Amino acid sequence: MSVITDPPQEGFRISQLLYDTRYRSMTIQIVALIGFLLAIGWLINNTLVNLAALGKPLGFGFLWEPAGYDINQRLIEYNSQMTNARAALVGVLNTLLVAVLGCITATILGVLIGVLRLSKNWLVSRLMTVYIEGFRNVPVLLWILMAMAIFIEVFPQPRDFRGEDPAATMKIFESVAITNRGVYLPGPIFNAGSGIVIAAFIASLAAIFFFGKWAKARQEQTGQILPTFWIKLAILIVPSLLIFFIMGKPIDLEIPAIKGFNFAGGIYMRNSLIALWLALSLYTAAFIAETVRSGIMAVSKGQSEAAAALGLRPGRIMNLVILPQALRVIIPPMISQYLNLTKNSSLAIAVGYMDITGTLGGITLNQTGREMECLIILMGIYLVISLTISTIMNWYNERVKLQER
Amino acid sequence: MKKSTFIGTVAAATLAAGFAAAGTLDEVKAKGFLQCGVTTGLVGFAAADANGNWDGFDVAVCRAVAAAVLGDPQAVKFTPTTGKTRFTALASGEIDLLARNTTWTFSRDVDLKFTFVGVNYYDGQGFMVPKALGVSSAKDLDTATVCIQTGTTTELNLADFFRSNNISYEPVPIETNAEAQAQYLAGACDVYTTDASGLAATRATFENPGDHVVLPEIISKEPLGPLVRHGDDQWADIARWTLNALITAEELGITSANIKEAAMSAGDNPEINRLLGTEGNLGEMLGLSADWAKNAIAAGGNYGEIFERNIGEKTAIGISRGLNAQWTNGGLLYSPPFR
Repeated sequence: MSVITDPPQEGFRISQLLYDTRYRSMTIQIVALIGFLLAIGWLINNTLVNLAALGKPLGFGFLWEPAGYDINQRLIEYNSQMTNARAALVGVLNTLLVAVLGCITATILGVLIGVLRLSKNWLVSRLMTVYIEGFRNVPVLLWILMAMAIFIEVFPQPRDFRGEDPAATMKIFESVAITNRGVYLPGPIFNAGSGIVIAAFIASLAAIFFFGKWAKARQEQTGQILPTFWIKLAILIVPSLLIFFIMGKPIDLEIPAIKGFNFAGGIYMRNSLIALWLALSLYTAAFIAETVRSGIMAVSKGQSEAAAALGLRPGRIMNLVILPQALRVIIPPMISQYLNLTKNSSLAIAVGYMDITGTLGGITLNQTGREMECLIILMGIYLVISLTISTIMNWYNERVKLQER
Repeated sequence: MKKSTFIGTVAAATLAAGFAAAGTLDEVKAKGFLQCGVTTGLVGFAAADANGNWDGFDVAVCRAVAAAVLGDPQAVKFTPTTGKTRFTALASGEIDLLARNTTWTFSRDVDLKFTFVGVNYYDGQGFMVPKALGVSSAKDLDTATVCIQTGTTTELNLADFFRSNNISYEPVPIETNAEAQAQYLAGACDVYTTDASGLAATRATFENPGDHVVLPEIISKEPLGPLVRHGDDQWADIARWTLNALITAEELGITSANIKEAAMSAGDNPEINRLLGTEGNLGEMLGLSADWAKNAIAAGGNYGEIFERNIGEKTAIGISRGLNAQWTNGGLLYSPPFR
């Protein structure tokens, strides 16, 4: 028989903060925190004092002064009389453009290469290994410079397209001009009535979404599988096309043509954008391929064997059994690859692509001499972009991760 | 590039205040050499040869200052800077003097806190195009693709010029002269624009310089000169009067050939005597030895000799004196008197 006696009730003594194990760790942490904050405060204060001594107190007024320089690639309206802040915004959009294009291309390429590397075909899998090792192990800056150098040296100048017997001709039904300044593509011109075609297209997208839900519900109830892919494709194309012709072809294609020193009309993708996009995608695709391969290999062999024993075809095994399980391994490292790609896009200035580092962190910084302010804003912008990407991807990760019951 | 900007910023923030107070002259004397910022390579102005020896018009200014301060024109270490890194390098104390065909502007002088010690080359922004393009005026450049060195005044001048003439163009920003040259020669841009002197120097290095023309329009004033940090007037005076000494030497007819003789003993011309230290104590006032100007001039000759040897009409670059002639010959070079 045991006797439980209450411990003696004692009041809290100061010495307990150090000698009582219940409080000690907290005391140490608080002291460390205070020390850390003091160190940060000293660094900031030191910077401010010395900047003031240099005669350059922190100030962000320069953002609202006219920038004075032109930017070649503008996704929003901009001219040299607009403010530095506006120039920075143009840069942010350019960064986002190359990051989004790069992430999409890198994902498609990466998944393809990762799957092919697991191929049973010796030649294919070895080729993919060479690709992955080649791209992973050379700095991305060199790939960017190389892509640009090839672009500039290999493709013809716009001038070569001129004359009776031009040295270069336009490709694909005379509609695409590939020059060393970039690629000129045909662009759409929206005439009167084109709004209805676009509305029809958006309606088709909605229809596809609802059809998908309905088909899934039907399959769960009856077990019958519809050829959803072909039906969805038909919904996507047929109504829009019909309305396009009924309305009398309101959307025209504008073919680029030589005008002055360059091509005019259509869509102009600059050599700097293409070189950067290509290099970043190819480089990041090599990492994504490895991530995908590791994800697929992480699914135990028994899973695919069990699925095969149930009579599923290889395509369905991949879609229904392997990939859903592989995704939860693939997605977390994939997030960091997307972040890497976005951050690597700051190498854009090497090829003269005017991203945020080129506008705010380049020309604005140089013309105003506000290094500290520009770099603080620049870091803040990259931080926000990166955190946004990881938030979105983490949300997606939550959705696909294994539901444990 | 990004890294150096950042490091420069941090260094500027933490160190520069200390440097300004310490006195650049004592510091240069203590370390025994002058740290001079120059371009990453522009033939005639500042370029390193195969042995790593720097030579050129801007380099000569560095050498003259080193000779005036330390008595040895070779006591210079060169820091190649791009248009973007140069000011941070100077502000942070990484270099003592910047001689990198830098345009003297209000905001650089006042807002960036630098002291321009004079003008060693009066320049203006021009355009170079291939002859095959058949362009005779910059106003015919509508829709052209223009290569510019980023981080320079040319970027702003260009925007102003095309805007005021209501011409559209496509700017291609480029980091260094060498890259701009590659893009221009491959035809990735129609036009290369920078200071006219830079264009002449770049063209001189082409395989067929005759295939390219510099257009007649000069769209800006670009007084190029060496500069130092604000806050050390003695050091600024040394750089300023070294440059003036080179210019005055040409005006007074002192050359690298006759300077030894002229500096032996006081002659008939009192200004030459004061300049070369055989009379008066100008060197002492600057905190230098009496023969400072003699050393500076002996380092590479007077202004005219430096000009002719590096960029003059007899060189491949072939620039005529033009605005950069002595005031007595109708140019703008006019040094205050040594008295």
